[in-house]
Amino acid sequence: MQKVVIIGATSAIAEATARLYAARGAQLFLIARNATRLTDIAADLRVRGSQEVFHASLDVNDLDAHAHVIEQAWAALGSVDVVLVAHGTLPDQAQCESSVEVALKEFSTNATSTIALLTSMAPRFEAQRSGVMAVISSVAGDRGRQSNYLYGSAKAAVSAFASGLRQRMAKVGVNVLTIKPGFVDTPMTREFKKGALWAKPDDIARGIVRGADRGRNVMYLPFFWLPIMLIIRHIPEFIFKRIKL
Amino acid sequence: MSKTGQSWGRYPQADQTIISISDRHAALPSVAGSALPHGNGRSYGDSCLNDGGTLLHARALDRFIAFDPQTGVLECEAGVLFSEILDLVVPQGWFLPVTPGTKFVTVGGAIANDVHGKNHHKAGTFGRHVLSLELLRSDGSRRTCSPEHHPDWFAATVGGLGLTGLITKATIQLRRVAGPWMSGEVHRFKDLDGFFRLSQASDRDYEYTVAWIDCASEGNALGRGIFTRANHAPAHPDSRPTAPSRRLRVPFTPPISLINPLSLRAFNTLYYHRQRESVGHLTMHYEPHFYPLDGIGDWNRIYGPRGFMQYQCVVPPTRSADCMETLVKTIAASGEGSFLAVLKQFGDVPSPGLLSFPRPGATLALDFPNRGPRTLALLDRLDDIVANAGGAVYPAKDARMPGKYFKHYFPAWESFSPYIDPKFSSSFWRRVTE
Repeated sequence: MQKVVIIGATSAIAEATARLYAARGAQLFLIARNATRLTDIAADLRVRGSQEVFHASLDVNDLDAHAHVIEQAWAALGSVDVVLVAHGTLPDQAQCESSVEVALKEFSTNATSTIALLTSMAPRFEAQRSGVMAVISSVAGDRGRQSNYLYGSAKAAVSAFASGLRQRMAKVGVNVLTIKPGFVDTPMTREFKKGALWAKPDDIARGIVRGADRGRNVMYLPFFWLPIMLIIRHIPEFIFKRIKL
Repeated sequence: MSKTGQSWGRYPQADQTIISISDRHAALPSVAGSALPHGNGRSYGDSCLNDGGTLLHARALDRFIAFDPQTGVLECEAGVLFSEILDLVVPQGWFLPVTPGTKFVTVGGAIANDVHGKNHHKAGTFGRHVLSLELLRSDGSRRTCSPEHHPDWFAATVGGLGLTGLITKATIQLRRVAGPWMSGEVHRFKDLDGFFRLSQASDRDYEYTVAWIDCASEGNALGRGIFTRANHAPAHPDSRPTAPSRRLRVPFTPPISLINPLSLRAFNTLYYHRQRESVGHLTMHYEPHFYPLDGIGDWNRIYGPRGFMQYQCVVPPTRSADCMETLVKTIAASGEGSFLAVLKQFGDVPSPGLLSFPRPGATLALDFPNRGPRTLALLDRLDDIVANAGGAVYPAKDARMPGKYFKHYFPAWESFSPYIDPKFSSSFWRRVTE
């Protein structure tokens, strides 16, 4: 039976992923800020087949609280096969430009807290010598764009951190999976007009579980974002700075 | 304008703001103008639309709350689909107590329309199997309603077309089954008399009965059709067919309707003669039995950009035979024809909602490509026949019934009105009451 820890468990992608693990009968430990919603989701996952669902509240920006919650997760599950770090926000870029405080707070939510959590959990995976550390980054981290470069820079930090962590953990048989979703139709992107490139949380969740099962390294989800981002990364700066993206 | 704001008939078009509801503990969002809960948009006409207002899109309320595999009592949020319930409970030996012809409806939508199925003569409507529901109103109040607690609110909300408030969650009593298979028989009948005889003979021993009739042929072939009767099969049926695995899909909307008098007549004749013997035995998976059209994604597109209109009526038992004959003759003579004409006898199990549609008698469901005034004129003629016989037309499928007929079909509409949430309204409700 798989043992899975999910941080940011009330996000749409995380909840869809948890349902897939629940259907397999996995034991789950859910971590998120909102305790009421955690309770609801835990009940749902039990009905869907999870052997056992534990949960704990955590504000990821409360860095001092991380150690205790991670301790609780390992105490409850014994060992962990998969951890999915899925929390995040979509900052208002205009606000991030007019307020240093907002910019750094958003950076902390989307990058610093993720780096802290992965750092705290790495020694436990090293000791286990097995498992998957999956982290949700974003295609936005591949290149900073004027429309959301605070979010992009935070995700770039996560992607680079995960890349280094992957090299380190590979030596002990632990896989680090970087997930780079494109546009996903979730409550986080409620305000956007949806076009053909938009994916459902279920599609992303299936990709995450597949990637974790097969020991993948970096996944663009859906796959078509790989060629799109390849092109975007290679546009020369002198052209890139003149286009609107 | 998001696609989720359409009804299944794709007629009429409506322009509305869509707000997704994903937290059942939160109060309703405050909106300018009126709001209407919207599930999976499988109502055919305008009862799930709110032109010029807001739709509270409730599909994201899709969590199970509790399921007891010993008793078959399921509690879930109102946006859970019937398909999701079946995936969960059939492997554990349970089935929906009542299901309409598509499994892509939400629990909230099934309650708000008090839906029925092929087992109406045994089980009544879906609302009879709802043990309780939670109703959230725009004033922030929450009521747990059941036949015992707030029975008046329960009766108003079951079949209440979403107008009494948002259903956030419900508790349902499922029914036991031994497995996913159905066993039954298919009978060909030559005319409407044949249908009524078969129905009479089957309703005692078969939980599910329904007939398809040929609505394109006139003269001798008028009212011929195919009658299906089935029960849930025992644990080890003689064969164990699997659910169809490949899901087809209509990839785009053709510029004109593919359903026209020529294709209709050809289809109906072929379908009638599909089965060579006059009686056939069948063992099948529940999916093709209950949901033949769910195998084809977006099938509503075949009617082209103008969409189509469903018409479902019921006429009382004493008038069933003569009335059905008049209806079928009128349709065949009009040349409009119907691709899917479904005929069934409702039983006399009382419906729990003030505005529930099912009542004793024979019910006929048809769909017509929308050809503008011609189609509307035909449906008006059908209304005259149904109203004269003391029957009724199903709001969940309607996009055009005149207000005078609605009030005639549903005399309880006036006692229902005080239960409407002051912030709620729908295109349908405004059309038939204002």
